[in-house]
Amino acid sequence: MKDFAALYARLDQTTRTNAKVAALTDYFASDAVPAADKLWTVALFSGRRPRRTITATRLRDWAAEKASLPLWLFEESYGVVGDLSETISLILPPASREEDQPLAHWIARLRDLSALPEDSRKQGILDAWDSLPNAERFLFTKLLTGSFRVGISQTLMTRALAQATAQPETEIAHRLMGNWTPETTTWARLLHEGEARDDTARPYPFYLAYQLDDPADLGDPADWFAERKWDGIRGQLILREGRHHLWSRGEDLITDRFPELARAIDWLPHGTVLDGEILAWEGDRPLTFNALQPRIGRKTVPKALLTTAPVVLMAYDLLEQDGHDIRPAPFQERRQRLETLLRDLPPEAPLRLSPPVPFATVDDLRTERLRAREEGAEGLMLKRLSSPYGTGRKKGDWWKWKVDPLTIDAVMIYAQGGSGRRANLFTDFTFAVRNGNELVPFTKAYSGLTDAEFRQITAWVNRHTVQKFGPVRQVEPVQVFEIGFEGIQASPRHKSGVALRFPRMLRWRHDKPVDEIDTLDTLKEILAAHG
Amino acid sequence: MIRHRLDPIALDTIRYGEVRQIGGAKVSFHPAGHVPGSAQIRVEVGGEVWCVSGDYKVVDDGLSTPWEPVRCHAFISECTFGLPVFRWPSQVDIAEDLNAWWRANAEDGRHSLLGAYSLGKAQRLLHMLDPGIGPILTHGAVEGTNEVLRAQGLPLPPTTRVTPGLDLKAHPGALVVAPPSALNSTWARKFGPASTAVASGWMALRGIRRRRGTDRGFVVSDHADWPGLNAAIKETGAHKVFVTHGYVQAFRHWLEEQGYDAGIVATDYAGEEVFAHEEAPKDIIDEDAPEAAE
Repeated sequence: MKDFAALYARLDQTTRTNAKVAALTDYFASDAVPAADKLWTVALFSGRRPRRTITATRLRDWAAEKASLPLWLFEESYGVVGDLSETISLILPPASREEDQPLAHWIARLRDLSALPEDSRKQGILDAWDSLPNAERFLFTKLLTGSFRVGISQTLMTRALAQATAQPETEIAHRLMGNWTPETTTWARLLHEGEARDDTARPYPFYLAYQLDDPADLGDPADWFAERKWDGIRGQLILREGRHHLWSRGEDLITDRFPELARAIDWLPHGTVLDGEILAWEGDRPLTFNALQPRIGRKTVPKALLTTAPVVLMAYDLLEQDGHDIRPAPFQERRQRLETLLRDLPPEAPLRLSPPVPFATVDDLRTERLRAREEGAEGLMLKRLSSPYGTGRKKGDWWKWKVDPLTIDAVMIYAQGGSGRRANLFTDFTFAVRNGNELVPFTKAYSGLTDAEFRQITAWVNRHTVQKFGPVRQVEPVQVFEIGFEGIQASPRHKSGVALRFPRMLRWRHDKPVDEIDTLDTLKEILAAHG
Repeated sequence: MIRHRLDPIALDTIRYGEVRQIGGAKVSFHPAGHVPGSAQIRVEVGGEVWCVSGDYKVVDDGLSTPWEPVRCHAFISECTFGLPVFRWPSQVDIAEDLNAWWRANAEDGRHSLLGAYSLGKAQRLLHMLDPGIGPILTHGAVEGTNEVLRAQGLPLPPTTRVTPGLDLKAHPGALVVAPPSALNSTWARKFGPASTAVASGWMALRGIRRRRGTDRGFVVSDHADWPGLNAAIKETGAHKVFVTHGYVQAFRHWLEEQGYDAGIVATDYAGEEVFAHEEAPKDIIDEDAPEAAE
């Protein structure tokens, strides 16, 4: 695991993109690294983690016991370090021997452990800890807890693999898609043999849009196409060889969760791949994202949900037609073909064409953006008419221009520490609105402040803690924040009666005293208008 | 050194181990190993001996007079790093890492910018560097301290102070030692796309290391680590131990479980554990007084 640990250290030590790509390229191109290790590295870095083999509670018990430390001191240390695997690797006594085995070996060992009775599992883990130097012990424990993550985007890894294997980035991106695991493929098969399209269920890489700040940056409006930015689940529907497959943008195969889309085969020919938005639909317009919510976590769908929240695919791009990859064709041409393909479909077909938003000037766009919520959308999409369908997030051809978030001014009442890069800082806050003389908690938020602001608020929390509940600090209700969110729904489980979607801190309102924050009534009005 | 930092003050000095009688107390200073000249203070009254550690470390850094245990009844110990996650690598390993980093940068044609507290830490690092790799440059705050310590006979490698007129081209692949706060300043820009690093005990924690945003974080501290604190306390033979500066609650609790009569000495250095180091921007690196004092 030495090569893998060295790679991880190189990636962890730098914030420069080029240095990260260089580290990955060196690793993937190295003859010294076994192919099975490279395959596992690609898997791990693309979120294909091995399942957790042991609970965190057991691990901390065993680590504390091995280090001859009381559990409370382990917990105290964990509170400071902020990461379980790191805490374990730091408190254990130094390894007494060294076992230099490849990454794939350790992962296989980890998998074998899960089949053993607890006593043998414990012995196996203690042995591993005792034979790995610190950096490798940390990684092994991360794999054990199933929490291995690394700050490498798919784009960076794709670039490095393209350089290491001398193939185009688009081909690599395509090959990495789908539901392969290191158990079902090999390094050679994944990256070298045959063609990406040999697997008929394999999706194309999604093309992602950048956030637009000012439509004046677009240049000539005549070069652009506008449509609504739909607020559902991005999906790629594949119809090939008599079967259909539905993929989410997170590369999850979600075919069974949306059985309505199986009927697409009745109207569309094979060798068709559509890019679009899965939306809960009623009559001639989409329901809010809230209606889709109960469908997300389920593997199979109960009948009742199929009637209360039936879905359609709001199609906005055609990637494959008659079995041909047409992604290189200009958007304008793909769009025309899509329109022809979906023309005259009956309403029972689970497919809709995302309608164009006509405009002549930048000001028209500004007006249309403000109308997004009444159209059941969350903004505008702008696509360059001449653009091919790209891979990943690239600047220039596709832009999303979201409506401003809904906002409410609230006061912070609880604070909790973060983890990882944000360990030792208070970053997780609970906010309340006023209801008469009472403060009613209604949301948590973790993001939106700068590192400097998080340090500032951390120092403030330390001085203004009223009470501690384990890791949670109750603070004096003084600090006011503007909270932004994308949606709101009724929630009987919450004291406030509402739940927010994507809440975050937009601004720290140093200027606003706590008696001027918003009230529960305001929140209920927003719910009535947008829920 | 004290004159250099606090001048002008009236000053009386004393040698390690020399005993002064002050009223009914016998008072003597003993090496603390923290930085050159740092001391623990032993006070004996009527046969009862108390010792205040001040900041200390138990490993020999090659420059400071090494720490010596003072047998006492009561020991007042700092515990900046009083949690079992803090265990320092050996000085030999650190030196190897440090020089490897410098050598790799020099070969890539880049300068190396090393942030370190300018009293003690900076000189300890200078002492660990291999001058064969390239020239060593220093920030004014570091060089000021170097001059004082060189005058006291401490063996430091040759260094060049970075002045506005200095021709950097004449110093290819140089390593520059500066206070951590200088790393993000306009002063640091003159070195171009240099590789940056910070040397501090806090670099043992990945979260802090990553938040600091330098390319490397070397785990080098002039405070005792967890094994060091425990060994030091044991060697004093004290039964009564007071802890101060650091993870005081946890460390006191731990000592009590080990059978000591343990207490806490509160200080103005308030705040809580590592959070205290985050109250001012960029200060998580300075284990001791803020650089602003210089």
